[in-house]
Amino acid sequence: MLDTLLPILFFSALALAAIGAVRRVRLWRQGRHSPVSLIRGLIAMPRRYLVDLHHVVARDKAMSNTHVATAGGFVLAALLAIVVHGLGLDSAILAWALLAATTCMFVGSLFVAKRRRNPPPRLSKGPWMRLPKSLIAFSLGVFLVTLPTAGILPEDLGSWVLALALAGVVAWGLGELFFGMTWGGPMKHAFAGALHLAFHRRPERFSDKHGGEGRSTGLKALRLEDPATKLGVEKPADFAWNQLLGFDACVQCGRCEAACPAFAAGQPLNPKKLIQDMVVGMVGGSDAHYAGSPYPGKPVGEHAGEPHGPIVTRPSTKGGTALVDAETLWSCTTCRACVEECPMMIEHVDAIVDMRRFLTLEHGNTPNKGAEVLDNLIATDNPGGFDPGSRTHWAADLNLPLMADKREAEVLLWLGDGVFDMRNQRTLRALVKVLRAAQVDFAVLGNEERDSGDVARRLGDEATFQSLAKRNIATLGQYRFARIVTCDPHSFHVLKNEYGELGGNYEVYHHSTYLNRLLEEGKLSLKAWKGGTVTYHDPCYLGRYNGEYEAPRDVLRALGIEVEEMARSGYRSRCCGGGGGAPITDIPGKQRIPDMRMNDVRETGAELVAVGCPQCTAMLEGVVEPRAEIKDIAELVADALIEDDSAESTSRDEAAGKARRAEEEVTL
Amino acid sequence: MPHNATSSSHAGLQVAVLVSIGRHPLTARARRADQDARAVEMALSLDDAAIRLVHAGGNDDDNEEALRGYLGMGIDEINVIKQASNADIVPALVTSLRDAAPQLVFTGSRAEVGEGSGLVPYLLAEALGWPVINGLAQVESIEHGVATVLQALPRGKRRRLRVRLPAIATVDSNAPPARQSAFGPARRGELAARACSSMPDELQAQWHMQTARKRPKRLKIVKSASARDRFKAAAAKAEGGSGQVLSDVSPEQGAEAIFKLLKEEDVLR
Ligand code: SF4
Ligand code: SF4
Repeated sequence: MLDTLLPILFFSALALAAIGAVRRVRLWRQGRHSPVSLIRGLIAMPRRYLVDLHHVVARDKAMSNTHVATAGGFVLAALLAIVVHGLGLDSAILAWALLAATTCMFVGSLFVAKRRRNPPPRLSKGPWMRLPKSLIAFSLGVFLVTLPTAGILPEDLGSWVLALALAGVVAWGLGELFFGMTWGGPMKHAFAGALHLAFHRRPERFSDKHGGEGRSTGLKALRLEDPATKLGVEKPADFAWNQLLGFDACVQCGRCEAACPAFAAGQPLNPKKLIQDMVVGMVGGSDAHYAGSPYPGKPVGEHAGEPHGPIVTRPSTKGGTALVDAETLWSCTTCRACVEECPMMIEHVDAIVDMRRFLTLEHGNTPNKGAEVLDNLIATDNPGGFDPGSRTHWAADLNLPLMADKREAEVLLWLGDGVFDMRNQRTLRALVKVLRAAQVDFAVLGNEERDSGDVARRLGDEATFQSLAKRNIATLGQYRFARIVTCDPHSFHVLKNEYGELGGNYEVYHHSTYLNRLLEEGKLSLKAWKGGTVTYHDPCYLGRYNGEYEAPRDVLRALGIEVEEMARSGYRSRCCGGGGGAPITDIPGKQRIPDMRMNDVRETGAELVAVGCPQCTAMLEGVVEPRAEIKDIAELVADALIEDDSAESTSRDEAAGKARRAEEEVTL
Repeated sequence: MPHNATSSSHAGLQVAVLVSIGRHPLTARARRADQDARAVEMALSLDDAAIRLVHAGGNDDDNEEALRGYLGMGIDEINVIKQASNADIVPALVTSLRDAAPQLVFTGSRAEVGEGSGLVPYLLAEALGWPVINGLAQVESIEHGVATVLQALPRGKRRRLRVRLPAIATVDSNAPPARQSAFGPARRGELAARACSSMPDELQAQWHMQTARKRPKRLKIVKSASARDRFKAAAAKAEGGSGQVLSDVSPEQGAEAIFKLLKEEDVLR
């Protein structure tokens, strides 16, 4: 009885799975062309799975073990079961192996079931709640039907009824695991996920065998040459096909949701829901079946989309919703916390910026101050609309060496738009003081510098970004310097990771890294820290974007500061709310992101929070008192400088400054 | 609450918007002129209006970028009437407007480059014999060839006017701000250039041009004890010296009074 039933069951499940797979591939192929190397991707896939993916999954130890047991057991059991029951190979050894695999899977499934007893809110419910039962059904069913093959139970044991019941259980498990894998059930993540790893749009983000870490965080340039092509993503089908594949791989684990500052602040964004909405759009339909947390303040079931329908409705076509609302896209701070946490290696930020590009470049709908900031960037090369001829006014007394005069220097100090901000000018002064103390040969571009293009790009204005970037690259090309140092992680990231595609390749340092180097080389001597407890806030664009977590901490250590770490620090650092143009688009939520971050600071009891970014400084200092003091690393170092050995050079500078002033008095 | 004039009332309304090349006040980069862009916005806020953008002037590269700024607001085409750089654009515009015969012409009150005298709308109106409204803030409705509009007056005041079409209306910075200009439509839109004989501006040719000097600003020193006084001083109306308010007089009497004033002020001789 079972001998005839089982092969039929297995092969029909496999056949259905194959049909489903073809359908699924068709759905992905609706997307735009995106070149990948198929063979190389497939070869790299196991390593990407075992190393990179599990590196992320292993952050949750219990879940990681559960997954290894269940998934490992399943893959093995499925392969063996096809051989043993599908092809009817009568081998006791294989049968025993199959028993072992199903046992392993069964144990894993029990843990899955345990977690589903009281699931944390970030997990999706719905069909996911039946998954542990299906897993148990499959493992238990296959285990039981294998017992006779392994010779533990006589072949003819049990009645027809029992055999039928068993076959039913096996069919259920097969249905979920084989059929559901390609027809959109929870197990879809395994199929789509494996292919997503193989054909990822950013193959460089994976580690390699030679110890390369693998990091790819720069946005991809939009090709602007052809006026006829649509810019950005309007419809789900406008995504690259492997982006669609990526969305389809989501397991709805909600790790991204738990990490997202905008979600926590009650802004209408939930990265998990966003990815699910993209899947809904790709398949066509409404989001009513979504069983996780909604976008805060937006009930589920009111949005629908189709592959060739708009994702966001134009406000001028009154009323109606499409797949997502514009506010959802504009709430993101591009902090990458979601990407960092996602075990399926999904690139949320790329998707969000792609959709923003369409809204800005084609609709001209950048919300709130967005349009004004972009206009300013176009007309004055800085977001505030200040006179570009006044970039160095803050340093009128510092006598900064200009690249235009020197033509070459070891360090090109990139000042950033912080030059127009009185708070950041203090940081810049401190940095200049430190560089002078260490006798670094540096120069600035002065009025020749422009905004790096970071904000324009995150607001979706790729045209303005590329215009700024190209002009900056041309300016930089006139001078000779060994490296660029900047105290703005956004400029740092853009110069380092995003100018390359446009022809600008530089060695770029964030000032914390550079100061650390100066300290290591013994070029600076510092007084010991006497203040109170200190914590450190990792800027997203330095940490997650560029992997620099240690240098700032080393500098603080060199100052004699014992960093009192926040619960969320390092790669889990919570955004200050200042990135991605979020303060410009300013989408309301229930609370403000910087307030939440200051609460994190408060929990450590620190009296001072060290920062390394003008945006973080501005956002955190905007939190009402009483709160910890905020100081940039450069300021802390400058305050602790012992200037004896370098007094000569500074006093010379000061003397020069005095002489100039005296001269001015005479001419007045 | 601004609301669009109802669509049924002026279906097929023809609106022409005269746009010029602007210049950013700080960097002098060419851009869409702020007030002209507001005029385009005003036209776009009318439901069901057929909008035609007209630019008369030279057409070099810089200008093209600036004109494209208007296209980025969602306009498909700008009619560019090519003129020599020393031309007086008024005759060309008069011909174009006479040919196209729009019911409404919108434009900014003054250009950001060139003479910037703000006289173009008046000269056009004079040549065409159409009325001019300045400081248009909102078009409320258009019915049977008569537009009901709000005119912006100083200090946020509004005055409702009824004007027989066709008419020319200028907008200034009291009008709603222009929408964002999007890059994609801006470069996809068309600049339909048309050559047109240009009349050299003879008057201008005789002028001697020089860069304006920045004049020191006179400080308004307010001696006051409290913030309330300072606020009152800042918000106070400029003191009008003389003048009279005429109400309930016949049109002839009104015209008489205006005529007398213009004579007194040496405007008419
Ligand atoms: S996007 Fe990634 S992190 Fe978020 S729910 Fe899906 S798989 Fe989990
Ligand atoms: S980048 Fe940050 S703000 Fe944006 S969705 Fe991801 S976690 Fe949320």
